[in-house]
Amino acid sequence: MTTGFWHQVTAVINRDLLRERRRGDVLWITIPFGAIALLLVPLAIGTDAILLRQIGPGMYWVIVMLFGVLVAVGKASSETLPQQDASALLGLDPAAGFVGRAASATLLLLIFETVVGLVAVGLYDVSIVGVPWLIITLLIVAIGLALLGTLTGSIVNSTSAGTALVPLLVAPLSVPLLLGATQSYEGLRLGHSILSWVLLMAAVVLVVAIIGVLTARPLQET
Amino acid sequence: MTETLLVELSKVGVRIGSTQILRDVDLEIRAGEVVGLFGANGAGKTTALRLMATLIRPAQGTGRVLGADLTSPERYDVRRRIGMIGHTPGIFPELTLGENLQYAARVAGVPTDRAGESLAAVGLAGASDRLAGASSHGMQRRTEFARELMIDRSLLLLDEPHSALDRDAVDLVEGLIARKAAEGGAVVVVSHDRDRINKIAHRSVELSGGTLS
Repeated sequence: MTTGFWHQVTAVINRDLLRERRRGDVLWITIPFGAIALLLVPLAIGTDAILLRQIGPGMYWVIVMLFGVLVAVGKASSETLPQQDASALLGLDPAAGFVGRAASATLLLLIFETVVGLVAVGLYDVSIVGVPWLIITLLIVAIGLALLGTLTGSIVNSTSAGTALVPLLVAPLSVPLLLGATQSYEGLRLGHSILSWVLLMAAVVLVVAIIGVLTARPLQET
Repeated sequence: MTETLLVELSKVGVRIGSTQILRDVDLEIRAGEVVGLFGANGAGKTTALRLMATLIRPAQGTGRVLGADLTSPERYDVRRRIGMIGHTPGIFPELTLGENLQYAARVAGVPTDRAGESLAAVGLAGASDRLAGASSHGMQRRTEFARELMIDRSLLLLDEPHSALDRDAVDLVEGLIARKAAEGGAVVVVSHDRDRINKIAHRSVELSGGTLS
């Protein structure tokens, strides 16, 4: 990967973050809806504090997974065909486009995780434990979801099946991330080592990243 | 390959899904040529432009653009030398006109200060901070022409380049087309306005039912 490659990655990140700043899809739509989804659970099952504390971390990760993938898929599939053509004719390396879109989605997902996490702490009285490992877990989940969503968005763009494919593609690949994230938090809470779960999530991230980079060009051409 | 031959299509067919859009297309375009491409709606003009832009591969026949085989990875290497302005603007409405050009410059690896110069060249010097989505269709098209000025292109593919443009902009576009041809590049212009294109084109071809005549 050359200097030109990373230059293109930076250009795509700048472009996507500028677009998000002006559209506000994540900041003004997805984050409030994520917070509302967390708020609806206590309204539905009642205000049993002990129960809420028990299910809080799991609810948080489920919300992060569902909304997180939607954020990344939305970002990846928001380019029109003329915009994609124009970028291709500027010489944009499809792999650089993939990495740039995934990186900008990662930044947005970290904001989403942080804000929704604060809401979860307030509503469910979730305790914050093992901060360094928790940050690593949040970061890996954000990267994983961003890569997964960006890859899915690229596939959606390149097929006539459209968004109907999203659940089929995302569900199996997000399971290890959801499992890793919930078990990591549980391990931190109980004072156990979470290294194996972190490694599992990192392996998933690595696999999706490799698939995304290797398929970027063929997906652009279909 | 003949050195001055920029586009060579031989018996080319293009399928999109189960539909045959182009069939048995033979076309040669040489350096310095301006070629008009006519045809009714749905004749395959836009597909022909995207084919020449290396953005889609032929299903039948053989084709080379700027020396690159349309079915081999070498086509990626020539893309930066091909400019295309489609019927729908390929710029980002959430970015300003200036930001759109700066993005293009960064990706293409040209100095970003050329963005301002190119905008000025198409009469948009004072509109750099204007959001593309809040700009008129004509201003968006001018911005796309500014992008093509900024990057050194050998082949320009233009789909209805005169639409939504005022008289000054039309003069500017026709000047750009003539300049590109004089510099040794080639231009393909798709249009329904035969009279206007016949004045600037060296020759013209017609697509009908996916076949060139």
